[in-house]
Amino acid sequence: MTEVALEIRSVSKRFGRIVANDNISLSVGKGEIVALLGENGAGKTTLMNILFGHYVPDQGSVTVLGQELPHGSPRAAIQAGVGMVHQHFSLAPNLTVLENVMTGTQNLWSVRSETAKAREKLLALSERFGLQVSPEARLGDLSVGEQQRVEILKALYNDARILVLDEPTAVLTNIEAARMFATLKDMARQGLSLIFISHKLDEVMATADRIFVLRDGKSVAERKVGDTNKAELAELMVGRQVTRPVRDASNPGSVVFQAENISIIRDGIERLKSVGFYLREGEILGVIGVSGNGQADLAQLLSGTARRNGGTMNIFGEAVGDLSVAQTIALGIGRIPEDRNHEGAIGEMAIWENAILERLGEYSSKGFVDRKKGMAFAKRVVDEFDVRGGGPSSRTRLLSGGNMQKMILGRNLVEPKRILVAAQPARGLDEGAVAAVHERILEARRKGAAVLLISEDLDEVMALADRIQAIVGGRLSPPVQAEKTDSRQLGLMMSGEWSGVEEADAL
Amino acid sequence: MRFERREQRSLALLLVTPLLAVILALALSGFLIALAGASPFEAYWNILKGAFGSRLSATETLTRSAPLILTGLAAATAFRARLWNIGAEGQFYLGAIAAAAASSQLFGDMPGLFQIPLLFIAGALAGMCLLLVPLWLRLRYSVDEVVTTLLLNFVAILFVSMLIDTVLKDPLAFGWPQSVSVSDEAMLPKLLSRSRLHLGLVVAIVLAVIIYFVQARTVFGLNSRAAGLNASAAVFAGVPLARTLVFVAMISGGFAGLAGAIEVMGVQGYVTTELSPGYGYSGIVVAMLANLNPVGVVFAAVFVATMFVGADGMSRAMDIPSYIADVTVALSLLAMLVAIFFTQYRIRR
Repeated sequence: MTEVALEIRSVSKRFGRIVANDNISLSVGKGEIVALLGENGAGKTTLMNILFGHYVPDQGSVTVLGQELPHGSPRAAIQAGVGMVHQHFSLAPNLTVLENVMTGTQNLWSVRSETAKAREKLLALSERFGLQVSPEARLGDLSVGEQQRVEILKALYNDARILVLDEPTAVLTNIEAARMFATLKDMARQGLSLIFISHKLDEVMATADRIFVLRDGKSVAERKVGDTNKAELAELMVGRQVTRPVRDASNPGSVVFQAENISIIRDGIERLKSVGFYLREGEILGVIGVSGNGQADLAQLLSGTARRNGGTMNIFGEAVGDLSVAQTIALGIGRIPEDRNHEGAIGEMAIWENAILERLGEYSSKGFVDRKKGMAFAKRVVDEFDVRGGGPSSRTRLLSGGNMQKMILGRNLVEPKRILVAAQPARGLDEGAVAAVHERILEARRKGAAVLLISEDLDEVMALADRIQAIVGGRLSPPVQAEKTDSRQLGLMMSGEWSGVEEADAL
Repeated sequence: MRFERREQRSLALLLVTPLLAVILALALSGFLIALAGASPFEAYWNILKGAFGSRLSATETLTRSAPLILTGLAAATAFRARLWNIGAEGQFYLGAIAAAAASSQLFGDMPGLFQIPLLFIAGALAGMCLLLVPLWLRLRYSVDEVVTTLLLNFVAILFVSMLIDTVLKDPLAFGWPQSVSVSDEAMLPKLLSRSRLHLGLVVAIVLAVIIYFVQARTVFGLNSRAAGLNASAAVFAGVPLARTLVFVAMISGGFAGLAGAIEVMGVQGYVTTELSPGYGYSGIVVAMLANLNPVGVVFAAVFVATMFVGADGMSRAMDIPSYIADVTVALSLLAMLVAIFFTQYRIRR
């Protein structure tokens, strides 16, 4: 191996009784790309926070380019050449790109601003690494992919030699992600060392030179990328063999929901443009598309929170107006919202309160909440849907993302549902939780529910959906039968190209 | 040094926190008392003596607690739903003048048994109306209610000041700006003879207990908590956000208005512009000290009243400005805010 750029030696860190990092050692060579692979809660982010000086380890040391870093000093880490690109960007949307990059680099007391010099340096970096940005653009006007470029440039501007990227593709579209990995490889060729945190096996295999696998706070394996494969990595990461369930042949029943020419204008923008689709019993309709193309409004249509500007809806053969939340619940529509923390659950409330909040009418009498009945329901949800990390009266915030999603699935599916709307149900979950969520959705389909699955994950839609429609710019493609399509065709449909696709049996 | 979110919040911690905050505030203002050239311990002893040292002072402290409990409840119920009602002072005055007007113009001849409840309602309704305006502006036009409720205080107080100088002026007050009095029938019964302590204290405590159960047990209580903690999740779950906030505003404004009515009917019988020594604003301190818990509000209100009443006594005995009470109360609010933070986070070195 070439020169060692970074060495982490036997680092341990505990939070109360939880051991987040247990005696972890790791090294990165100059010009090397190392992937840190592990499920949510495996200790990846804790380790990187120790490297960056945000946390103080209970034991162990961090050495950068031969020089040991003092504990708990982000400033020392930056000066030693460590740069961090956070999953949630630490940028100010109201400042320009240049201003964002310069933030924190100037002496507070210096009278003259060194804008011209900074601009030159930024442009040189952007040229050298092929990260195109306009220094004067306001950050808030940029796309997520461009914002990430700014975040990377900001780290490079501070002369980072070692760049840490925390789940860099979580917010990117496939095309943006591919471009970013090409950039990362180029940066490694130019001598930078890169660590990226991920739980996506494909991108790890495609990009990294070496892979460290963390599980339950321990370093369980170190592999060269040529000596391993996806199946082995998945098993190392989860600790057991995990296979995502795949749907069996469909046997659709009658149409339970039909929407025609639906238009929705929200905040002055036409989010849905005259779309039509239908759902059948025992069948999953997958709607695939890059986030932000009208998926949110499509999900709201069936969740009781949308107001239509045009079009008709039919549920169980009857024409209906705009639904209220209470109506959707009464009709037996289960709803998995796109954003767990923002819409799905209230972190500061107890699990039992979150479990019954959307059906308080059933769990109260004369205006008083029936706590006993609510607790019993929550206990069923926790038991039957294997929610770990807390009982009915624990605060919901204590649950991991996967367990929170299981709770949300559980409160919807403990009682059988006739229609299920699942918006990005597996987003941000680890492999084990993804498999569990998919199994539950397929189980609902087996029991006869009509499922609307909205997703931006091609694999997820191909594995679960019987019929597939693409959503682009507020328009829906005609449906295609899942058996008769492939990822190439779906990719084309996602970019808005659907002339000549073979339409699934029209009604 | 880093702050980390606590996984669990223990009950003991929640109970001890306000006490620690008060002790810290007393310690800090002790320095100021020492600067003024007196012994802090002696000063605090004198405050305690001034607030509870005699029958007269003890009843006076409790008399002052009654409006503070109600304005404290007004802030606590609103804040819990993230409705930032800073307008309790204005609602207090509007409630007071409504009671005086209703008694002198409408119900003056009724026996107390009927008149008193009617005046309570009149005061509460006046407070409600004053808070519903900012709420409507927020729901309809997204106007920040912190600004509107705060500014409406001045509008309300000047409006009351105008009324007691014109249409509701007491013709027998020798030109003093003071409103007509409520009828004798409307004066609240005294709890103890030869004191100012009146039935209002009982009303306030009973309401605190009732609202505690409403928040803990009812659908409305759960809804208002959900609306405060995460409005978008509440809407997704079908919580009627606007309706819940309207109820919250009615309760909050109602309490503040009722506080004004009770102060008029319990203590002096008429309204002046000096009726409230900042009860509305102190209610915010009381609510925060109680960590928005309605039962805690009762104890926090007694603490604040103790400081204010006791400081007068101390000031006379020791020649230290009684403003030290304001400083201590303000410091205890700051200490409480810090303490609340530490119930949620822990320090890591």
